[in-house]
Amino acid sequence: MNPLGVSFCGSRLRNPTVLASGILGVTAAQLKRAEEGGAGAVTTKSIGPEERSGNRNPTCVALPHGLLNAMGLPSPGYEAMGEEWRQLKKMKVPVFASIYGASVDDFRRVAAYVADKKPALIELNISCPNTAEHGQAFGFEPSVAADVVEAVKEVSGRVPVSVKLTPNTHKTVAVAKACEEAGADAICAINTVSGMAINIEARKPVLSFKKGGYSGPAVKPIAVRCVYEIYEAVEIPILGVGGITTGRDAIEMMQAGASAVGIGSGVYYRGPNVFRLVCDEMREWMRGNGFASAKSLTGAAHD
Amino acid sequence: MIDFPRMVKVAGVKKDGGVVVLSLAERFPSQPGQFAMLWLPEKGEKPYSFLSENEFGIAPVGELSRGLASLRKGDAVGVRGPYGRGFVLKGKRVLLVGGGCGVVPLAFLAKEAKKKGMAVTVITGAKTAALLSLHSSLASCASVFCCTDDGTKGRKGFVTDALKDALVLKHYDCVYACGPEKMLRLVAEICVKKNVPCQLSAERLMKCGLGICGQCDLDGLLVCRDGPVFEARDLLKKPSFGRTSLSASGKETVL
Repeated sequence: MNPLGVSFCGSRLRNPTVLASGILGVTAAQLKRAEEGGAGAVTTKSIGPEERSGNRNPTCVALPHGLLNAMGLPSPGYEAMGEEWRQLKKMKVPVFASIYGASVDDFRRVAAYVADKKPALIELNISCPNTAEHGQAFGFEPSVAADVVEAVKEVSGRVPVSVKLTPNTHKTVAVAKACEEAGADAICAINTVSGMAINIEARKPVLSFKKGGYSGPAVKPIAVRCVYEIYEAVEIPILGVGGITTGRDAIEMMQAGASAVGIGSGVYYRGPNVFRLVCDEMREWMRGNGFASAKSLTGAAHD
Repeated sequence: MIDFPRMVKVAGVKKDGGVVVLSLAERFPSQPGQFAMLWLPEKGEKPYSFLSENEFGIAPVGELSRGLASLRKGDAVGVRGPYGRGFVLKGKRVLLVGGGCGVVPLAFLAKEAKKKGMAVTVITGAKTAALLSLHSSLASCASVFCCTDDGTKGRKGFVTDALKDALVLKHYDCVYACGPEKMLRLVAEICVKKNVPCQLSAERLMKCGLGICGQCDLDGLLVCRDGPVFEARDLLKKPSFGRTSLSASGKETVL
């Protein structure tokens, strides 16, 4: 038996590590590379309703304890991705399709198209902090998030729907509950933490969008707290994301309540093989600490 | 913290053919073929090849590069890097092939090859004589052959025609090339056919420069992190090489 195997929303994952949305993921070839790097599942970069170039550079910098990015949701638009979908059929691991929109109707339209391509899961990005008109506004209010979920569930058929939540509100747990009540099949937490860095010699914010989303080791405690609280509030599975770069980080996130873990910035810190490295470290820790299966880690830190 | 732009003073700016040579007041230990991300607030940030450890050669074609070209001594530019894998010098007799401003990293490479005692030949091409760049710098360490599309200097025609002839006339241990990807694909095909080792510096739109955003994808290779220099035989296996690349939205675009 493979001790790292988990199931997530009906998909069998060879291990709990998932390439998080926005990292690599522009092309099927990059997703394939994450698969070769050991990922148990991969998430596409968020797919939008029309073609969008994203923000002007600088779009990403590294700070001493994390990455700050404002890519700005670049996307060729869902209708321009025919060839990528064909290539994605060749993937051995489940493919999660992340989508975004500027309105409930956008989400429904993109979801209807994407559901037809039969990804293992549709992830609703209602939490991107890096554009003026898309994203996290949908994740601030429980009732608004629920509207998006309901609209998508009408068109998603058998494809499970997960909702990626923002930590940039005190209502994260309430949003998670509202999404569950609206029919969401899973929660993904967290998206990046809203932040800013200024180049003091230039006397300017370094990113062209000024603000950015902070990720990497510094945000792990925020993500662990969110996942821990969401786990106590909902029954649906959680994909825990935020600052996971080692096997110990992944185990901590699972003990907080995650059924699987997303890795994004970890690709910067340890390269595209970070998934394999994290899995090796998980296996070793589990052997030494009496955990026979990754499944049994989920929620282990709760009373 | 090298992945955050540091403001560095400009030591001088000088026009040289089709490029402007931007000299900085600090050195960045780097290899020919590596690049840095240069930033001007409000104008953007893009990758530029090192011309030496403290110089960049910039073709003033866009808002950022025109901004960089119009800097003066004492102004500041944001720099992060060096990034990427550069050229690896091999053998005793080498041939460098540059198209347009692709000659910039090759001028750096020519100097390093000369230092190692290698015999260096450079084929450099541009649309017209006025756009041929870095000629005197190249001539100080290499035999230089020029090509222009309009015949205003040197041979009329493309660098790839000159390359074919050069490989017939003499044996070279390795060919190094930088320029538009369409030209690079031809260079790669010529060298592989002749069984001459060849290293190429690929060109893709870059955003993060850190190997994570996926924008510079070349059929699974990350040009910013795995490259920009690759072996020709590896690139020839990639269907998009020299044919298509990703626009800023991630849409596949014909070159």
